[in-house]
Amino acid sequence: MSIYQIELGEEILRVEDLKVWFPVRKGLLDAILGKPKLYVKAVDGISFNMREREIFCLVGESGCGKTTTGKSLLRLVPITSGKALFKPRKETLEKLERLGVTPSDGGWVDIFTLPEKKFKPIRRDVQMIYQDPYGSLNPRFKIKDILEEPLLVHGIGGSKEERMELIMKTLERVKLTPASDFVDRYPHQLSGGQRQRVAIARAIISNPRLVVADEPVSMLDVSIRAEILEVLLNLRKELGMSYLFITHDLAIARYICDRIAVMYLGKIVELGDAREVIAEPLHPYTKALIAAIPDPDPKNRIGYRYLPIKGEVPNAINIPPGCRFHPRCVVYEEAVKKGTVLKDLCSRKEPPLADVGNGRKVACWLHEAVRKAAGVE
Amino acid sequence: MSYVLEINNLRTYFFTLRGVVRAVDGVSLKLRKGETLGIVGESGCGKSTLAWSMMKLVPPPGRIVSGSIKIDGIDITRMSESEIRRKIRWRKISMIFQGAMNALNPVYKVGEQIIEPLIIHGKMEKEKALSIAANLVKAVGLPEEILERYPHELSGGQKQRIVIAMAMAMEPDIIIADEPTTALDVVVQAQILNLMKKLHRERGISFILITHDLGVVTELSERIAVMYAGKIVEYASADEIFEKPLHPYTQALIRAVPRLKGDIHKLEYIPGTPPDLRRPPPGCRFYPRCPRRFEPCDKEEPPLQEVEKDHWVACWLHIRR
Repeated sequence: MSIYQIELGEEILRVEDLKVWFPVRKGLLDAILGKPKLYVKAVDGISFNMREREIFCLVGESGCGKTTTGKSLLRLVPITSGKALFKPRKETLEKLERLGVTPSDGGWVDIFTLPEKKFKPIRRDVQMIYQDPYGSLNPRFKIKDILEEPLLVHGIGGSKEERMELIMKTLERVKLTPASDFVDRYPHQLSGGQRQRVAIARAIISNPRLVVADEPVSMLDVSIRAEILEVLLNLRKELGMSYLFITHDLAIARYICDRIAVMYLGKIVELGDAREVIAEPLHPYTKALIAAIPDPDPKNRIGYRYLPIKGEVPNAINIPPGCRFHPRCVVYEEAVKKGTVLKDLCSRKEPPLADVGNGRKVACWLHEAVRKAAGVE
Repeated sequence: MSYVLEINNLRTYFFTLRGVVRAVDGVSLKLRKGETLGIVGESGCGKSTLAWSMMKLVPPPGRIVSGSIKIDGIDITRMSESEIRRKIRWRKISMIFQGAMNALNPVYKVGEQIIEPLIIHGKMEKEKALSIAANLVKAVGLPEEILERYPHELSGGQKQRIVIAMAMAMEPDIIIADEPTTALDVVVQAQILNLMKKLHRERGISFILITHDLGVVTELSERIAVMYAGKIVEYASADEIFEKPLHPYTQALIRAVPRLKGDIHKLEYIPGTPPDLRRPPPGCRFYPRCPRRFEPCDKEEPPLQEVEKDHWVACWLHIRR
């Protein structure tokens, strides 16, 4: 259990079979020859849900689709198919109803199908923190202008004074104190950690329900990372928002997340309680990922690190058939050597992400629950 | 005891229009033959500048102001550029630069890029150079055919292996690796670190690994130097650094990193930011952020002193006067 774990609220997000495929531009010759259209399948059918105050983590290597998933919730990438049912705050729902949107029972709206104009109220409820605090803040804006912009866009705070008051309060929330020292400064006058806190303040000033945090500490120095993580944790406690936390660092995921989903080539291969998944990974890919991470321990230099994985990540255009991990899987390799039935399954049929008990899900034919869910024996 | 590298009171400053940046400000360290050294520190602590100084490749407006760097007993700070080219660089000490894998020339085949130093520095025939290149790529775990490929056909891990092969071309005793795995995914990172371990064991190469990642540094380093604001604050064996860190900065850094195993403790952080290296504070440079500061810290700078055998620390808490 995380030392920061708190009680979670109702369900607020249900992503169902999300696909984000980017078309690859064809050459003229390919077009004349009528070759089939190719896609980079960045996200290729993932489902998960999130609860209020939950920190849900997407982990995986670069190119696995974790950032694309996060961006899709803000509609920053074109969605190929799938649903993202979101439960906005009451005020947002009222606004949506005035715009002629009828939420389904329980107040759910599908983020992906709303027309752009009617999506704007949701933008207040779903915010994003980017990885790079040097690139995500406008260098020509003072801190107060950066923080005032979302207020003006969403019509929060009636007068200039009210808005300034909110800006000061938010700066204090992210521990940029005294706030009056910061409002008139420009981003270049701040350190990396301070900038990232401004980026956090900008995301939370509209009091969102869901914040997509894309690698929020990976560009920061080790000595200040913990401070930023603490700010994020305190904000969830005080304001009750949920984070979709995107990271490649499993140690950070273990430290602050409630649940994690491990992604590989656009699919979730394993999902469950963060501490349990890391202590006892079920999917061969998760096992390899954990085996590869150098935990700071001087004994590491004594032996070679054993890596239960082969080859390299394939191209997201030509995803291997069957289980997309099988060409790199050491368990599959073993099965081929021994000639067990498993080998036919892995190379031909894609395993579903099936429940194996205790809220744990895994997509690997090794597990009986997965075979049962797919109706194979 | 013979030292393959001896740095004494090295100062490398950058003379910018806005003032003198004291990036490396009085660094001393010794490395025995065949030992691997890790230099850890946060961004801007001077670790890359220290590496460039050892190659005598400090980019202007920076230059080595004082101190000495002895490689195999020869002080390279007093050598002319042409002498260093002939005798030292790539032959005795070479470097894997940060992001070097993205600096491979896209219009030349990989093989042509590996043999270039062999032909220029080693005065070899092309054929002989190619056969050496073939051995080098095999040593870093790549197939020989890769010599015929262009950089864009290679993955990140393969490119990094090529860069390591290039650093090994002239069989140096020391290879400096500046953040060699920072841009790589964890699985590839582990493969590259395994490769460096293997090269250290089988060929006796002394690696100097420069990194901000405390996990990565333990994979390879027998000795670790912790840098802060242009200075080494602690220098000891890897075991001592992790089991018995003495400097408050080292202690805080270790407690700031989340672990993958064991109990979850509340992470600590170091309040404040590192000092401006144009105007470092008087006394100890860590003093403004130090939780254990006391009376002498803001007045006098603590020297790096050997407080136990082979354990050096620059902190008034431990220095015997």
